[in-house]
Amino acid sequence: MNWMIPAIKVSAKDRKRVGGKGFSLASMSRQGFNIPDTLCVTSDLYNEYVTRTGLRERIQLELHRKDFKEMRWEEIWDCATRVRNMFLRIPIPFEIEAGFREVIASHFRNKSVVVRSSASDEDTARSSFAGLHESYLNIRGTDAIIEHVRKVWASLWSDAALLYRQELGLDVEKSSMAVVIQEIVIGDRSGVAFSENPNDSSQGVIESVYGLNQGLVDGAVEPDRWIVDRKRRKIITHTPAKREYWMIPFENGVQLSALPDAMSTQPPLSSKEAYAVFELAMEAEDFFKNPQDVEWTLKEEELFILQSRPITTTSSQKSEDNRSWYLSLHRSFENLKNLRKKIEEDLIPGMIDAANQLAEIDLTILADHDLAKEIKKRWEINHRWVNIYWEEFIPFAHGVRLFGQVYNDVMRPEDPYEFVDLLTRTEMASLGRNQMLENLADIIRNDQGLKKQIETRDYSRIDQDFTRKIEKFIEKFGDLTCAVTGGTQCDQDSEPLFNILLEMAAHPGIAAGNRKSNTTDELQKKFLNCFEGDRKQQASEILDLARASYQLRDDDNIYLGRIESHLLAAVAEARQRVEYQKAEKAPAPQTKELVDILADLDHRSKELNPYEKKPGQVFEIKPRQLIGQPAGPGISKGKARVIQQHSDLSNFKHGEVLVCDAVDPNMTFVVPLASAVVERRGGMLIHGAIIAREYGLPCVTGIPDATTLIQTGDDITVDGYLGIVTIGSADI
Amino acid sequence: MDKSDKIRQNLNKLFSSQNLAVLSTHQDGQPYASLVAFVATEDLKHIFFVTPKTTRKFANLSVDCRVAMLINSSQNQAADFHQALSVTAIGSAEEIGGDEKEKYLQFYLARHPHLIDFARSPTCALVRVTARSYYLVKNFQNVMELHISE
Repeated sequence: MNWMIPAIKVSAKDRKRVGGKGFSLASMSRQGFNIPDTLCVTSDLYNEYVTRTGLRERIQLELHRKDFKEMRWEEIWDCATRVRNMFLRIPIPFEIEAGFREVIASHFRNKSVVVRSSASDEDTARSSFAGLHESYLNIRGTDAIIEHVRKVWASLWSDAALLYRQELGLDVEKSSMAVVIQEIVIGDRSGVAFSENPNDSSQGVIESVYGLNQGLVDGAVEPDRWIVDRKRRKIITHTPAKREYWMIPFENGVQLSALPDAMSTQPPLSSKEAYAVFELAMEAEDFFKNPQDVEWTLKEEELFILQSRPITTTSSQKSEDNRSWYLSLHRSFENLKNLRKKIEEDLIPGMIDAANQLAEIDLTILADHDLAKEIKKRWEINHRWVNIYWEEFIPFAHGVRLFGQVYNDVMRPEDPYEFVDLLTRTEMASLGRNQMLENLADIIRNDQGLKKQIETRDYSRIDQDFTRKIEKFIEKFGDLTCAVTGGTQCDQDSEPLFNILLEMAAHPGIAAGNRKSNTTDELQKKFLNCFEGDRKQQASEILDLARASYQLRDDDNIYLGRIESHLLAAVAEARQRVEYQKAEKAPAPQTKELVDILADLDHRSKELNPYEKKPGQVFEIKPRQLIGQPAGPGISKGKARVIQQHSDLSNFKHGEVLVCDAVDPNMTFVVPLASAVVERRGGMLIHGAIIAREYGLPCVTGIPDATTLIQTGDDITVDGYLGIVTIGSADI
Repeated sequence: MDKSDKIRQNLNKLFSSQNLAVLSTHQDGQPYASLVAFVATEDLKHIFFVTPKTTRKFANLSVDCRVAMLINSSQNQAADFHQALSVTAIGSAEEIGGDEKEKYLQFYLARHPHLIDFARSPTCALVRVTARSYYLVKNFQNVMELHISE
C-alpha cells in the first residue's frame, strides 16, 4: 500500500487518502503554484496504525463510556487527554515504521519541516477545521518528524475537534487523518490572504507579520492589514499594526520574540508586495473556483503558498457554528498569565473586601423593610460574583490543562493524570479547613469527658479553650451548614459541626497531604530535566501557573462561599422574623415584604428518578452498574449517602460513600470520613476528583442521574480504576 | 418517551433483531450452555424456543426449571465492545402442551418459518420461559435491571 505520496504525484483518486489540505496543495503544485517541497502521508497509514495497535477500538471504548451528548466538556477533555496519551505511548509497529522512516529520511534528509494535519473531512467548503487540529513547525530529524506525525494523528481526537465534528454531524468513527509534511520555508515576512473579505464580498484582505505565520494564526502577533477592491484591483486601505513581536525558529520549534526596533517602524509589506499577495490569492480563487483563505510566506522576495482552503464564512453564506468557541477552549500561556494577574491582584481581594463589608452590617438592628433591601442587595452582590466566577475563574482552570499537555508530551506517563501529583502539594483552603477539623476531632478523641458533653449537648460545661477553638473555626469557615450552591435552605446552627466532629472522633484520623510521598520532588526534577536553557525556565513557569490554577479552583469556591453565607445569614434572619410573626398570629404588614423576597429566592426543586415505578406498571427498572469516568484510583464498598441538599451532610457517617451532584469545596469536610466519592458532574479535574485524590479515595465522576438512581443506604461499590459504580450485592 | 419506555423499546428491538440466544441450564450444579432459536413476546414476559426432548438442555430444565438466557447484538467485530447490546434474562422454563401449544407454535413459526419441520416433529418440545428479570448491558459496562412483577 502506498502510504506516502509526494504532492506532485497525487492524483484525483487520492483525494480522500491525502485529505483536504494535502489534496489542495498537490493540485496547486501540479498547476505550477510555488509550494514548498511536500510529502503527503495518507490516511491509510493512520488506519494501519490504529488497526494494528488496537487503538481504533480503544478510542471508541473511551468515547462510548456513555452517550456523547451526556458528556460535559470536561469529560470530553479527559477522554481526549487519555486518547492523546495513547498516541504518544504506543509506537508505530516496526514493520510499518521501517518503510515510513526510510521515505522520510530520504525525502527530507536534514531539512526542517512543518507537520500539518489533513483530515479527510477537513476543509471542505461546508466546514473549516482551521486551528482545530494540530500543526508543528520547524521539526528536524526522522524521529522527531515521526513523533509529530503521531501528535497530529492524536489531534483528530482533541476535545475541540470532537465537539466540532459532533456539531457538524460528521461520523466520528469514520474520521481518519492524513498528514502533510512540508519543508519549512523560513520566510522573513508571512501572512494570510482572503481573496474575498468574509464581511464584504467586494473586497479582498491581506494580513501580514514579520517572521513566521504561526504568530498571526495563533493570534499572538498583530498583523498589518490591507483591504483591496476586488473589482478595481486596487488597495483601498492599509491599517498598520502595533508591531511588537515576531515568531521565529528556535531549537526544535518556534518562539515568540520581541521584534527588532528597525522593523517595528516599517510595515512588513510594501503596497506593491501586498498587491502581489492579493493577486496570488485571486489566482488560487480562479483555480479552485471559490474564494480562498491562503497562507503565504515571502523569503528573499520569493512568494510561497503554504496552504489554501475555501473560505467558509462569507457574507452570503453565514456559518453559525461554534468553531471559534471550541478554539477558545484552549488558552495560551500568555492569556492565562494575564488572567492569573487579574484574579490574584484584583478579583480575589475584591471578593474578600465584599465579604468583609457585608460582615460589618448588623442584621438584627435593621427594620424589616431595610432587611428586605439588604437581602436584595446581597443577592445581587452574590450573583455578580457567581458570574465573575464563571467568566474568569472557571477559564483559569485551563492552566492545569495546559500544564497537563506539556507534561504528558515530554514524560509520556502511563497514567495521563500523573501530572496532578505535581500540583497536589499546593496549599488549598479546604485542606486547611479539614486539617483544623481533624485537630478538633483529635481533641475530642482524647477527652472522653468532652466527648460526653458534646454528645449530650451539655454545652455549658465544655472547656473554654475548646469553645474558643470552635468559635475560631466558625469565624473562618462558617458552621458547615451553608453551601455555595445550596440555595437558601440554610439555618445557621453549630449542631452539624458537632455531629461531624463526633463522627470523626469515633474513628482514627486521616491527615490529608501526608498521604503524598516525596516522589513529587523527584517527579518535578524529572519533568524539568526534560528541558534546557530558556525552555526549562518556561516549563517551570507553566508549572507555577498550573499550581496557581489548581489552588484557585479550590479557594475561589471558599471565598465565594463566604459571600453566599452572608446572603444566607440575611435570609435566615428574615425567615426567623416571618416565623415569629406567624406564631404571634398577627403578621405585621411590613413582614409581607420579607415573605415575598423569601418566596422569590426559594426555587429549589427536588430531582426525580427517571426510572421511578409508576402506578400500575408491571415492571421496575433498577440500575446495577453505572459507568462514569475513572477519576481516582482504588476500589471501595460502603453505604451510599446521597446529598440532595447541604444539610444532608451533617448526617454523614464514617465509611459511607459520598454521592452528589457536584462536590464544591464547602462540602468536602466530609471527605475524610468517606470511603469513596461519586459525582454526577464529570471530569478528572473537578473538585470532587481533586479532593478524592488528595485523600487517596476511589472516585468516579460523570454518572448521569447519580443522585436519583442511587439512594441513601444503598450498598455500593466504587471502582475508581474502571469508573464503575455497582449498586447492591451480587445476588440474583 | 421516558427513560423506562426507552429501555423496554431497546429490549424489544434487540429481541426482534436476533434469532439466537444462549440458554443456560445446569445438571447437578454443573452449568451447561446451548444455542436456541427464540422469540419473545412484546410485553417481555415470555420467551419461547423449541428443542428435541432428547437433548441435555431439555433433560436439565426438566429437573430444574431455573434458566438464564443471553441475547446480544455482537457481530464478531472489535466495535462490538462499544456498540453491542447484551441482555441476560432470568426466569423459569416449562414445556407447553395441550391446547395452548398450537397457538404458541404459530407465534414461534411466524418468526422462524424455516424451522417448521423441526418444530412440528413429535420429538420436539415447545418451551416457554417466564422471565423474572432482565439485565441489560450497554456501553461495555453499563448495566440496568428490569424486574417484572407477577
